Amino acid sequence: MSTDAVLYDHPGPRARIRNWILTAVFGAGLLALFYWIYLKFDEKGQWAATLWKPFLEQSTWVDFILPGLQQTLSAALVAMVLSLTFGVLFAVGRLSDHWWVRVPAGIVVEFFRAVPLLLLIFFIFFGLPYVIEDLRMEAFWAVVAGLTLYNGSVLAEAFRAGVQAVPRGQSEAAYGIGMRKNQVMRYILIPQAARAMLPVIVSQLVVLVKDTALGYIISFPELLQLGVNVLSANYANVVAAAIVVAIIYIIINSLLTALAGWVDRLTRRRGIRVPRTSANPGQTGVQPTAAAQNTTVSSGLGGG
Amino acid sequence: MDFLSDPDNVDLYLTGFSWILRLTGAGALGALVLGVILAGMRVSPVPVLRAFGAGWVNTFRNTPLTLIIFFCYFGLYSTLGLTLDSEDIALNNFWLGVLGLSVYTAAFVCEAIRSGINTVPPGQAEAARALGLSFFQVLRIIVLPQAGRAVIAPLGSIFIALAKNSTIVGTIGLAESSSAMKTMIETYSSQTILIFLLFAGTFAAVLIPTGYFFGWLANRLAVKR
Repeated sequence: MSTDAVLYDHPGPRARIRNWILTAVFGAGLLALFYWIYLKFDEKGQWAATLWKPFLEQSTWVDFILPGLQQTLSAALVAMVLSLTFGVLFAVGRLSDHWWVRVPAGIVVEFFRAVPLLLLIFFIFFGLPYVIEDLRMEAFWAVVAGLTLYNGSVLAEAFRAGVQAVPRGQSEAAYGIGMRKNQVMRYILIPQAARAMLPVIVSQLVVLVKDTALGYIISFPELLQLGVNVLSANYANVVAAAIVVAIIYIIINSLLTALAGWVDRLTRRRGIRVPRTSANPGQTGVQPTAAAQNTTVSSGLGGG
Repeated sequence: MDFLSDPDNVDLYLTGFSWILRLTGAGALGALVLGVILAGMRVSPVPVLRAFGAGWVNTFRNTPLTLIIFFCYFGLYSTLGLTLDSEDIALNNFWLGVLGLSVYTAAFVCEAIRSGINTVPPGQAEAARALGLSFFQVLRIIVLPQAGRAVIAPLGSIFIALAKNSTIVGTIGLAESSSAMKTMIETYSSQTILIFLLFAGTFAAVLIPTGYFFGWLANRLAVKR
C-alpha cells in the first residue's frame, strides 16, 4: 500500500492548517537543533578555516583521499566478485541432492554468517601467520578474505531463498525438455533467483563497501585510514575529515543503490522479471518473497 | 585449551562477552526506540518530518559503522568534548559505543518497520479512518501492532547484526571480545586456532539458535491473512 495515501486522508482545510503548524513547529525545532550543533562546533573552534582549507588543496586529495578511495574500491571490487562466486557455489551446494555436499556447505554458511567480521579479519591477519609458517599476510587480502567469507555466506542464503522461490513449474518444465540438474540450475534457476533477489544482493554489496572500513583496524590504507586517521594526524581536523569521508561513502553507496534501481526497472520494462510468488495481490512485495523474508537473515546489515 | 588454564584469560573472555552483551542490550533498546520514532516520521503527513527521517536513514545506512564509532570517539569525545561518563573511562567509551550503534542501527530498524507498515492491507487503515481515528491513532492502534508482527524476522536479524557489530566498539578502547581475542592471540600465538574457535564459536553458538528462534517466533506471531 502506498503509505502516504492510506494512513491519512487527503488533507482538508483543518488538516492543512494543522500540517502547516506541525511543519513550522518541527521545522523550528530542527533549525534550533542545527543551530545548537553549530554553536557547539563553534565553541570548539571547528569552523576555523585551517581545518577545512585542506579540502580545497590538491595535495589532500592526491595524497590521502584518492589513494584511500582507490584501496577501498579495489578491495570492495575484488571482494564483490569473489563473494558473488562464493555465494552461488555455496547456494548450489546447500541445494545439492547429496548430503555430503549439502551438510558441509550448510555448516560453512551458517558459521561464517554468525561470526563477527572483525573477529574473522583479526584471525586471518594476526592469527593465520602463526598457523601457517612463512605466510606474510597482507592487510588487503585479510580484508578481502574476511569480506568474501562473510558476504559470500549471506549471499549464498539469498540465492538459496531465491531459487526456492522460483515456481516449481519452471524446473519441472526444464527437466521435461531433457535438461540435466546442472543445466536447470545454470540456465533456469540461478538467473531467475538472482533477478528476484536483486534488492537483497545490492544491499549486501553496500554492506560490503562499508565493511572495507574495518580494514582501518588492521592498518589497511583505505579511505577511513588515509582520509580520516592519517589526514587528521596532519591537519588536526578529525571532525571535518570524518564528515568529508562520510559524504564520499554516502555518494558511492547511493550510486550503487541507484544503479540497482536502474537495472531493476530495465528488467521490469522488458518483462523478463520473475513473477513474484505473490499469492496475495494486496501485498505489493516489500520483501522479495515470503520465503526470502524468512531465510535471508541479516540482509542489508552486517558489520561496519 | 592450555591458554584457559590462565585465570587472566578466562577473565578476559568473560569480560569481553559481558561487554558485548551490554552493548547489544543497550544498543538494541536505543535503536528500537529511535527506529520506531523515525518510522513514524517517515510515514507522517508532515513533509519536514518525512524529510528528516529519510535524511537520517540515507545518511547512517550508507556510512560505515566503523566511521561512526570512530567519529563518536575522536570527534564527539576527543574534539568536541562530549563526555558521557566523566568518572569511568571504560563506561564513557561504552556509552559512546552505544550511541554510535543506536544511531546506526536505528536507520535499519526504521526501514524494517516501514516495510512492515507496507504489509498491512490498506483496508485496515481505511476502516480505521472511517471510524474517525486520527493519523496517530491509526498508526498506534491499528497499523503498528500488525506491522510489528510482520517485522519480527527482519528485526531479529538486525539485532543479531547489532550483536556482531558490537565488536567494533573494541576499536575505541573497550575490552570487548574482539580486542580480548586479539590480546590472547598475541600472547598465546601457538594456540591461535583454538582461541579463534572459542570466540567465534561462542558467537555462533548463541547467534545461530537466536536466528532460528526469531524465525520460529515470526511464524508463530504472524498475522494470518
